[in-house]
Amino acid sequence: MTELLRIENLTIAPVSAPEQLLVKHVSFALESGKTTCIVGESGSGKSLTALAVMGLLSDQLQRQSGSIIFQGKDIAGWNNQQLRKIRGKQIGMIFQEPMTSLNPVLTVGYQIGESLTEHLGLKGAVLKAKVASLLQQVGIPPERANSYPDELSGGQRQRVMIAMSIACEPAMLIADEPTTALDVTVQAQILKLLDELKSRMQMGMLFITHDFGVVADIADNVVVMFRGEVVESGPVNQVLSHPQHPYTKALLDCVPDAEGLKPLKPIDYAWLKTGVAA
Amino acid sequence: MSMAPDKHILLARGLNKTYSQRSGRFGFGTNKVKALDDVSIALRAGSTLAVVGESGSGKSTLARCLLQLQPLDSGEVMFQGNNLASLSGHALRQERRHLQMIFQDPFASLNPRMKVRDIVGEGLLIHEIGNPREQLEKVSRILERVGLSAGDLNKYPHEFSGGQRQRIGIARALVLEPKVVVCDEPVSALDVSIQAQILLLLKSLQQEMALSYIFISHDLRVVRHIADDIAVMHKGRIVEQGKVAEVYAAPNQDYTRNLLNSIPGRKSLAA
Repeated sequence: MTELLRIENLTIAPVSAPEQLLVKHVSFALESGKTTCIVGESGSGKSLTALAVMGLLSDQLQRQSGSIIFQGKDIAGWNNQQLRKIRGKQIGMIFQEPMTSLNPVLTVGYQIGESLTEHLGLKGAVLKAKVASLLQQVGIPPERANSYPDELSGGQRQRVMIAMSIACEPAMLIADEPTTALDVTVQAQILKLLDELKSRMQMGMLFITHDFGVVADIADNVVVMFRGEVVESGPVNQVLSHPQHPYTKALLDCVPDAEGLKPLKPIDYAWLKTGVAA
Repeated sequence: MSMAPDKHILLARGLNKTYSQRSGRFGFGTNKVKALDDVSIALRAGSTLAVVGESGSGKSTLARCLLQLQPLDSGEVMFQGNNLASLSGHALRQERRHLQMIFQDPFASLNPRMKVRDIVGEGLLIHEIGNPREQLEKVSRILERVGLSAGDLNKYPHEFSGGQRQRIGIARALVLEPKVVVCDEPVSALDVSIQAQILLLLKSLQQEMALSYIFISHDLRVVRHIADDIAVMHKGRIVEQGKVAEVYAAPNQDYTRNLLNSIPGRKSLAA
């Protein structure tokens, strides 16, 4: 087991309101060949944490403290020029909405090839063959390289995004809610594909989601975030079966189960704060 | 269906709806899409019928066609002895009072320029129910019932969170004391903790106000908790329907089985 990424004491706040912390002293680690899920509700800071790792925070936000150690190097202070060398090459990224992440006027083959040319200098027939093999790996017929994004279904577009993100065989893949916009049967296929690619390529995967069902399917380790803080983290079985923090317990109680055996319990925020039921 | 017909509050038979789509590179061709293909459903009084399916299955078209918000090509929707599909104008409006809808996106479905009192009270005004004083009373009462307060009467939608806005949407639908409420993905835009609150609220309101729900959803975990009966839609057709517990335990159709097996967290990926 090699440690791929370690985030220590990461704190993020708006430039205009430095005292209003959006991510508070977050620390966790990710190993090669493993999946760490960050799970939380909207506003928990899960996406900001992922954006910070890639150095993609908006100008209005600043990292007040913390280190982001990727393959032994602290990349937290790196400028854009330095980060561009590893983004897409050593760190792949997939986002929620495949349609807005793809350029509508370029063929998907061209878009998959871009990072191969940029980072590895591939051209011509070699590039074409590599694009075809990537499409095959994600389950799309290679001749679709000449298709435009609008000619593909939502699931196929997300497969194209995955092909782009793994093109340079990155050591780490960051996936921010990659299946949230997809139908449930397509979601199951995409999760399976990501899990297989992770194992085959020994990537570390940082997977952002709000869905505990997805966590159960894909995670090795879980980081639960609530209002900018990590409230609990650990191996997936431990966190899902024996949650320690009251928020994790309460959040799990809100998730309807497919068997309909468990009564739904909304979160009692007063109890969370004081430990006394309202 | 073996249920006695008198127990059904809403019966839809043989619904058909076709959309024409432009096709081809420059849109000169047309492409017919059957959004509803001979769809029949029956809603038992006081119960919840879930209509589930993936995107493009026709479930939202069904919701709108049931309420005659969109015209049907053919078929009948029987409610209180009337075929809604044959009504129009005043007669239809009178029936609509008893048929209300709750929408998915609480951000898009509330007019940002209207105060909560006007959004919730609009239906009372349209249906000329009570004088202004009584109307305000009704609006205050339903707001409190859905977990908001009379202090929210003069606020605008943007002053509320997503969950609170969905409560406003529920109050707007229920202030008219309807008999049937069509809920179109009412919790899919909400965080899971808020989702649980809204589902429990819908359930308790159902008992209190003797409501019957048609619950449109793509989320089979939510459906398991809220619905009594289920109709599974695929490409405009209902491929399977029955009691929720029975369909989940032993689906008859491959499509349903595949859908149930895709529920995240239900079985591990390796299986």
